[in-house]
Amino acid sequence: MEIRPILSTLRRHKLTAILLTLQVALTCAIVCNVAFMVANRVRQVSLPSGLDESELSVIHSTGIGQDAEKNPWAQHEVDLAALRAIPGVESVVAVSYALPLNRNEWSSGTCPSKQALDRAMQIMSMHGTGCIDSSIYNGSPGLIATLGLNLVAGRDFLPDEYVLGHKTPPVAIVTRALAQRLYPGQNALGKEMYAGDGIVRVVGIVDTLLRPNLHGLGSNYDSMIWPQKPDTPGSDYVMRSAPRDRGQILQAAKAALLKVNPSRIINPKYIQTYAQVRAQYFQRDTTMIGLLIASALGLLFVTALGITGLANFWVGQRTRSIGIRRAIGATRADILRYFQTENFLIVTGGVVLGVLLAIGLNLLLMKHYELPRLPLWYLPVGAIVLWLLGQLAVLAPALRASKVPPVVATRSV
Amino acid sequence: MFGYYLDLALRSLKRTPVLTALMVLAIGLGIGASMTMLTVLHVMTEDPLPGHSAHLYTPHLDPLPINFKSDPLGINPNQNLTWPDAMALLHAHRGVEQAAMAGGSVLVWPQRTDLQPFYVDGHYTTHAFFTMFGVAFVEGSGWAATDDRASAHVVVLAEVLARKLFGTADAVGKTVRLGELDYRVVGVTKDWAPKPLFYADASAKFYSDADQFFLPLSDVLNSKRLDGDLRISGNISGWSTSNGDDLRDPSTTWVQFWVKLDSPEQAAAYQQFLVDYSAEQKSLGRYQRPPTNAKLYSLMGWLRHENLVPDDVKLQMWLALGFLGVAMLNIVALLLAKFLRRSGEISVRRAMGACKRDIFVQFGIESALIGVAGGFLGLGIAQLGLWSIRRRPDDYAHLATMDPSLLIGTVALAVVASVLAGLLPAWRACRVPPALQLKTQ
Repeated sequence: MEIRPILSTLRRHKLTAILLTLQVALTCAIVCNVAFMVANRVRQVSLPSGLDESELSVIHSTGIGQDAEKNPWAQHEVDLAALRAIPGVESVVAVSYALPLNRNEWSSGTCPSKQALDRAMQIMSMHGTGCIDSSIYNGSPGLIATLGLNLVAGRDFLPDEYVLGHKTPPVAIVTRALAQRLYPGQNALGKEMYAGDGIVRVVGIVDTLLRPNLHGLGSNYDSMIWPQKPDTPGSDYVMRSAPRDRGQILQAAKAALLKVNPSRIINPKYIQTYAQVRAQYFQRDTTMIGLLIASALGLLFVTALGITGLANFWVGQRTRSIGIRRAIGATRADILRYFQTENFLIVTGGVVLGVLLAIGLNLLLMKHYELPRLPLWYLPVGAIVLWLLGQLAVLAPALRASKVPPVVATRSV
Repeated sequence: MFGYYLDLALRSLKRTPVLTALMVLAIGLGIGASMTMLTVLHVMTEDPLPGHSAHLYTPHLDPLPINFKSDPLGINPNQNLTWPDAMALLHAHRGVEQAAMAGGSVLVWPQRTDLQPFYVDGHYTTHAFFTMFGVAFVEGSGWAATDDRASAHVVVLAEVLARKLFGTADAVGKTVRLGELDYRVVGVTKDWAPKPLFYADASAKFYSDADQFFLPLSDVLNSKRLDGDLRISGNISGWSTSNGDDLRDPSTTWVQFWVKLDSPEQAAAYQQFLVDYSAEQKSLGRYQRPPTNAKLYSLMGWLRHENLVPDDVKLQMWLALGFLGVAMLNIVALLLAKFLRRSGEISVRRAMGACKRDIFVQFGIESALIGVAGGFLGLGIAQLGLWSIRRRPDDYAHLATMDPSLLIGTVALAVVASVLAGLLPAWRACRVPPALQLKTQ
């Protein structure tokens, strides 16, 4: 394919060709970055919590009235028995309020040793001392099994290790991530941590347990479990069942709790399957993913429109010269290829500029929106997408051009 | 002349229906996307209290220890005031009016048997709150200054809560049970929901719930923190090691404070007062940081400082503008091709006496026509976009509606964008020399 005639035609339409190139470049830059943002958010939204989420449902109840404060744990025990009796409920536990992704966080500075604690106290900051801010979960016996956590080392809590309410217990189960961050290169089992107002010994390690709030990469899994029985009037009951029973179990649970003791508030907003808890936490991100995808598709669509529109127009304009070329021996394939090559040249120019723009845009976003660096492989993928888009957009006009009969050459316009 | 150009433009557009449709669609999509996001941004940065906001200020002190390192992701403890500082500012009475406040929720026990007990959100505050913010009352008024000190059991209800409890807004003098005590209703406010709720604590949802009750701030001190019947829903931060439950603790912040100042001189004087107060506290050994850390923010200044617009919304805004830019480039290219194709026609018109200006205006009108059509399409797309945003559960989402100025603005933006896009092609077209083109035909 001879490129020179195409170039000379483009030179005659310099301004239009430049504008189209610019459009392709901008589209390439924006779409590459948008695709990267979508990928980041999708990764965020699908972070594993460590729980068997599909089998869990949560109901929140707050006891009210003068009696509610007297012995909340006794009430929770009665409630737990009532919930356990619901057909379909495999197990149930009461937790104070914190659960992965439910935003109710209780966190505490946790130090691996007395020296680290002293250093942190001295400078009034955990920074650089080896101490780490970690989320603390608690709950009635059976928490690990009900949530479906994977205990990879050590053991579950013993019945006599449980304390009532907000006291610091003697032992804890930590996540593998927290164990590695507190005791790098060592076995954390049996180690004594300084947390809360006492010394807590590590008796078990679970594989994964996400925090109630995401704090950024590297600290999302800094959490531990304390053997505390909830002792305030408000409590979350987590029930485990087959996935298809969840809706019906939640309704039964509400009725059962109100039957046991009607002086309580069960807010319908806090009767949720775990899938709903997760969806609620990431609601903003899912909106954003939808919006980002919509605008990327919109951009590609508008660019395709531009290419089709202009090609269509050029075909119309050059009908006579196409006819002449056909009359002096060019085949249909030649004409088709002519327009395809012309499009390829324009899009290539746009993509080259677009790749540079994409990197620049990414640098700007890194500065203002704390976005990570764009992996380089996004750029060739973006280029291929735009090349394909260009070819697709030009196909219809080019086919129309190839159908121009040679006889047109003999007619006046 | 205008009518003639309009006619010419319509004919020209009709001659190339596909191209015209493409251009209208492109500008419509670009305008629709940008106006959707502009509307969201507009409602989020609006003045929450027009008429009052210019005179309202919020003082901020810095009682933190010198080596305190705050969590970059969390809320800084010096966002709020400690109880002793708030009371000192309140009793110093240096502003025209001032009030201390904190957000909270209470358990309401309705007397009506068909209602279950429920929690409502509201604020604990001091008496000047109502006059300072210009809260309108359906009936009654706020409580008296003496009620602040006596922790009298008085309450002001919002109309919506009064109706829910008593079936009527006529509730003054009636009794409502909040937590374990009975409170006498002294006033019922009209619906009061500044957007954003600028005086709320930084951890609150600024665009969602309106306040349904107001109680004297001193009442909350008599209740247990967090677990009690009168709860504080905002952020309570402390930095002393004796981390007690006492809200009066001088190293626990939880109070918001607003003051009304009528002139810039008063504001400057108040700023100086804050610095002097901090210096005094420092000499007493309570403060460790420089007294000049004390700041007085104006209402709009405070909202800017709080940066209420989420990064996501800003990012969407830039994305939408980028979209509009690409759409405009698209139209420039198409119009350019289209206008230059008519070089023959232009030459004839020029040869017959049309001056450059005439050609320019003619093509300008054609571009504007595309803009008007695109603007109306964009309006439709923006309404669709806003409708989908309103269906999202984000706290600002339900505000996303266009007011008349935005409706007109949408069409205007589309016309401006398309005329701008038509500028270069029209300029190129009017430079076509007269008659020269005719020779080539």
